[in-house]
Amino acid sequence: MIQLTIDERPVAAPQDATILQACNVLGVETPTLCYLKTLTPVNACRLCVVEVEGSRALAPACSRKVEPGMVVRTNTERVRHSRRLVLELLGSSVDLSLASADLKRYMRDYGAQPERLAGATVAQPVKIDNDLYVRDYSRCVLCYKCVEACGTDAQNTFAIAVAGRGFDARISTESDRPLPDSACVYCGNCIGVCPTGALMFKSEHDMRQSGAWDESKQKVTDTICPYCGVGCTLQLHVQDNTIVRVMSPLDHDVTRGHLCIKGRFGWQFVQNR
Amino acid sequence: MDLHLIPGAAATAAERAAIDAVLLSSHPAPGTALGTAPGTRAPGTEAPSTQHLAPNTRHLLLPALHAAQAREGWISEGALNYICERLSVPPAEAYGVASFYALFSLKPRPPLVVHVCDDIACRANGAEAICQDLERRLGRQGESITNGAAAWLRSPCLGQCDRAPAALGQRAGSDPRDWTMTSVTADNIVEILRNEKSAVVSDVLVPPKPHSGEGGTQVYADPSRLLRRVGIADPENLSDYIVHGGFEALTRALQIGAGAVICEVTESRLVGRGGALFPAGRKWDAVARADARPHYLVCNADESEPGTFKDRVLMEADPFAVVEAMTIAAFATGCEQGYIYIRGEYPLATDRLGGAIEQARAAELLGDHVMGAPVRFDIELRRGAGAYICGEETALFNSIEGFRGEPRNKPPFPVQSGLFGRPTVVNNVETLVNVLDIVRKGGAAFARTGTEKSTGTKLFCLSGCAARPGLYEVPFGITLRQLIDRAGGVRERRPLQAVLLGGAAGVFVTPSDIDLPLSIEGASAAGATIGSGVVMLFDDRVDLRDITMRIAGFFRHESCGQCVPCRVGTLRQEEALHRLASSSGSRGQDLALIDDLAQAMRDASICGLGHTASTAVQSAIKKLQVF
Repeated sequence: MIQLTIDERPVAAPQDATILQACNVLGVETPTLCYLKTLTPVNACRLCVVEVEGSRALAPACSRKVEPGMVVRTNTERVRHSRRLVLELLGSSVDLSLASADLKRYMRDYGAQPERLAGATVAQPVKIDNDLYVRDYSRCVLCYKCVEACGTDAQNTFAIAVAGRGFDARISTESDRPLPDSACVYCGNCIGVCPTGALMFKSEHDMRQSGAWDESKQKVTDTICPYCGVGCTLQLHVQDNTIVRVMSPLDHDVTRGHLCIKGRFGWQFVQNR
Repeated sequence: MDLHLIPGAAATAAERAAIDAVLLSSHPAPGTALGTAPGTRAPGTEAPSTQHLAPNTRHLLLPALHAAQAREGWISEGALNYICERLSVPPAEAYGVASFYALFSLKPRPPLVVHVCDDIACRANGAEAICQDLERRLGRQGESITNGAAAWLRSPCLGQCDRAPAALGQRAGSDPRDWTMTSVTADNIVEILRNEKSAVVSDVLVPPKPHSGEGGTQVYADPSRLLRRVGIADPENLSDYIVHGGFEALTRALQIGAGAVICEVTESRLVGRGGALFPAGRKWDAVARADARPHYLVCNADESEPGTFKDRVLMEADPFAVVEAMTIAAFATGCEQGYIYIRGEYPLATDRLGGAIEQARAAELLGDHVMGAPVRFDIELRRGAGAYICGEETALFNSIEGFRGEPRNKPPFPVQSGLFGRPTVVNNVETLVNVLDIVRKGGAAFARTGTEKSTGTKLFCLSGCAARPGLYEVPFGITLRQLIDRAGGVRERRPLQAVLLGGAAGVFVTPSDIDLPLSIEGASAAGATIGSGVVMLFDDRVDLRDITMRIAGFFRHESCGQCVPCRVGTLRQEEALHRLASSSGSRGQDLALIDDLAQAMRDASICGLGHTASTAVQSAIKKLQVF
């Protein structure tokens, strides 16, 4: 075990643990956005930055490994400033209206006022090029999670990657081709990891457009996928007795949140009445 | 992974031939065959191995993209498909990599393109007027002219600041050619773009022998150490290099042994000349001691800091020195494979280094038995493609490996996990060339020049409104005033308005700071930085507001886009400056916003680009009251 100090409190963490994991041991909440426990940390959003004594710049808690005697501070003015600015920079350039409840809470907790940074945004039309899911990159914070889920962290399909550079960087297929031309296999694992609603079931998108989407009327039912012998747990989100989207729990030891096209999208037969 | 290519896109025979040529001429590692690679992996995570890996062919992606671009002037979907097929790279990833680099076009572009520098040193020398003239006469940048045969584009700094304004010509085709143009006028560029036989015009503009006659960068050295062969020895002739003391240092290194070389470098207290000022000896020692194998050596020649051209001069005029110094570093640290990563906008330096490597190989100064000793070392030359960020060492590794040039988070540091995930020595060109004298004369003798913390001599790039712009070698510790005096002061004896020290990532200093000593400690005490050795003078006629906004635009353009503080912060910084300049917002709010952004970029960005993207802007506002 590695001994370190976080916010003046001693803590022991296993070798190879990250600062984030050590913070969790102490119950110190660390805001994250591009981090997901089932994916390799990319430390791109910089929302989780902390002060490490002896380091000139702040360090990303999600990927920085603990070291013996490390002195970490998570609630200093510098930390709060950077976290607030990251939230403001994102809020001023990306549509976060469908972002996770956590992100909205961070906005309040850190006093983020995105409107003071108003300027160019990533607003653009929704991409609807297939019957299964839509891509609304006006909502994309470029957390890289979908690229990781499509790539080596889950699906190994590599249908999407980050293209362009700087503020023009974006998630793209080759030549920005429509999905049916790409390598996409419609596993929907990108939807499963998207934190801002940029990737969405077509069923959900259509219901939101028509005003029918209502999470208060939805029930989530766990079941096992009927297709093959792997035994993936499915979470069926049902509204008005109709399946509207399908997820799988991140901590499920078979799926780790990931499914294939059949489990994710092949449920229409249930609704043949 | 099933490789899914772009439907219905086939490469032409010409594209295929160009791509094949570069893939076949490259040096794939033993045991790898083209087209049988296992697909992709996360950067820097190679399988363990004891010999030079290049475990798949992904690292050939950038050279292959260059080949396609140089053949047709743009990278077609067919060419991209063919590259993906040959290298087993998913098209989405190849597209992501290709679209990262400014010199690549993924849309049809004319075969003849002139990139016109509109960056700060060129701006102080009329570049914006040239660009506006071109807009009037030829149309907007990127628009094709003369029936789709040519186009012009604005460009960030091309590293020819001493002979500003500058431009880079690129002609695609079966015999592609890049060339640099200096002291250009709008007429020159219009003539080249309209004249089918533009090569004739360009030959006049390209000095055949830089640094040895008219047209080249002027060099001034006192004492003359790093520059002692510049303009004297023939850069294309190995024998002439040897006549002028070449390979004396390597001979001595092989005599005294690897450990002793590292001791000398440590004793010399040599620090990195790329801007980060890290002690070279510590870096070498760490790699030499690293258990993981193989070790790699990377010469960082991606000199892209606006105002910097020192490494270009060394590579153009003394390329064998770079090869010799790299061989010494490799011997000392146990590397058998070295890479030179040179920026894509340096055609002459690329040619000269390529020639030097070939001649050194032929003379068995590189290869399996360096100078007859049981020492194996070879060098591969890799060209960047227009991305400032690839000068950041970990971004550079990703670029060589065939990934987007996005910096990695540190730690782990390159000495632990660098190129291909292996212990890596990465040094700037100037840093490496210093090693020659350290080995020849000893570290202690080297450390007698300069100051306590800044030993040796330093190359300074004088540009802007200097009376005698050029490259100056001086001992660390002389004052900024002394250096400016050596450069003849401000041209036409105009009043000095400000000096940009250290480049776009540096700071402006005022005439009242001019007595600061040019050493690490001296600059630091004055709140400045030596950086890469940029000393750009601005006289009273230069619009510093315009220069400051160009710097902000540079960082916005060059941000890789990976982390939020830099991707959005550099954009918001530029937007706020434009509002201040046009008085279209609340001044107080915008100034506070710029401060807030600066702190977040400095504290929370992944790499040095974000950390320094606000320093020059801050100094322009706070010290010069430009806004």
